[in-house]
Amino acid sequence: MLASRLFTVARAFPKHAALGCLVPRLKHTLPDLCYDFNALEPVISAEIMKLHYTKHHATYVNNLNITEDKMADALKNGDINTTISLQPALKFNGGGHLNHTIFWTNLSPSGGGEPTGDLMTAIRDDFGSFENFKKELSATTIAIQGSGWGWLGFNPVNGMLKVTTCANQDPLEPTTGLVPLLGIDVWEHAYYLQYKNVRPDYVKEIWNVINWENVTERFAKARMEKLQ
Amino acid sequence: MHPVCILLVLLSCFSVVSSGTSAPYHGIEKYAEEYPLPKLPYDYDGLEPQIDRATVKVHHTGHHAAYTTNMNAALKEWKNDDTSDSLSRSSLLRILQNLQDIPVQYRTKLRNNVGGYVNHALYWGCLSGNQGNRTPTGTVAADINTVFGSFSAFREKFTAEAASLFGSGYVWLSRQSSTSATAKPPLVITTSQNQDTPISEGLRPVLVIDVWEHAYYLKHQNLRAKHIGDWWALVDWEAVNVLDGWWAKMDVKVHEDL
Repeated sequence: MLASRLFTVARAFPKHAALGCLVPRLKHTLPDLCYDFNALEPVISAEIMKLHYTKHHATYVNNLNITEDKMADALKNGDINTTISLQPALKFNGGGHLNHTIFWTNLSPSGGGEPTGDLMTAIRDDFGSFENFKKELSATTIAIQGSGWGWLGFNPVNGMLKVTTCANQDPLEPTTGLVPLLGIDVWEHAYYLQYKNVRPDYVKEIWNVINWENVTERFAKARMEKLQ
Repeated sequence: MHPVCILLVLLSCFSVVSSGTSAPYHGIEKYAEEYPLPKLPYDYDGLEPQIDRATVKVHHTGHHAAYTTNMNAALKEWKNDDTSDSLSRSSLLRILQNLQDIPVQYRTKLRNNVGGYVNHALYWGCLSGNQGNRTPTGTVAADINTVFGSFSAFREKFTAEAASLFGSGYVWLSRQSSTSATAKPPLVITTSQNQDTPISEGLRPVLVIDVWEHAYYLKHQNLRAKHIGDWWALVDWEAVNVLDGWWAKMDVKVHEDL
């Protein structure tokens, strides 16, 4: 846990970027990582985990803060051109921060196996079997062109589970309306040092560290919110 | 075998053999039953110390090879599916210039894999070892100064695009398509996502940098800016002028044919 202690614990606070707001904007920070960099070996190497968290995710966080500061200024000044031109950076860095925050919780050194209970029932209902679901999410994720994420999402409109993908750092919920339950990062930085160009091997191995407890928590929360 | 068939087989063998000594992008302008993985104009360690041997090897034999295999398979499927479709029996260049005319069930696969095949061929074709950050020469150099004011202004702009591209893609220096057999069309910097290519926009690329993470991750990890610096040191301006001339020859041929 030592490595993760070096990084600030963050909890989500609502951000106030409205016009004329006097409350100082709270900066985004890297979330706490609940395991050491080497905890997911041999599935994901310590070298990858360290780079992925301390460089890639940290860069999204820093650039998100910079972009939001610029956005706040542009909004304050009524500068619509700048507000609009900042949107790609907001989506990219905001999405990157959201996606990676979810990803670290989706993984665990004691993960793997299969889900149980309501989540397993839902997977069987919506995909036929766990094997079918695993095949579909794997194939769809491997086939992503360029950089992106494979997702298991919850559709709050019909209550069903769905497998889908997003390009680059496009965040799942704003892009598709699906609530993210489980994400697989297939940007090359997520696996290249260990698996090189053989993305299918990485996607095959990552199932051994999926934190089904976390995925179940997200599913339960999404379902509860749908009922309200 | 029929004598004409023997002749055709011999001719196609000859064209495969001769492509081994020419630029990696030679052959994209004419139809072939199947396309080989282009040979690199240098050994795998030929771009050291800027680009390491391991990267060049996996980039060529892993990534570029996969695009080659998948492209050939998709082309075969398309040709078998519709024996009357003339676009499926056109050159890779024509296919890229007419993506919208590919049947929808093959379009994405071909856009990605023909793009990947051609983009990498152009990438390899602009580089060679020991270039030492030379400044450009020839027609391309003069035209860079005309359009961008100076080489350093051009390099700054190109670098900024390469550094800020989100996700996977390329940055290109291309000529707009020729409207005259004699005048050189202006140069323009563009970017493309994934394996998209400015050829599909009717442009003629003369210089390209690959900023997919696989192009630099083994050596530089997240530090794309270092890869861009390394790449500038490898740009072979003679090769860039040759590529520029290759497009011009094709345009002249088109005008002659008309």
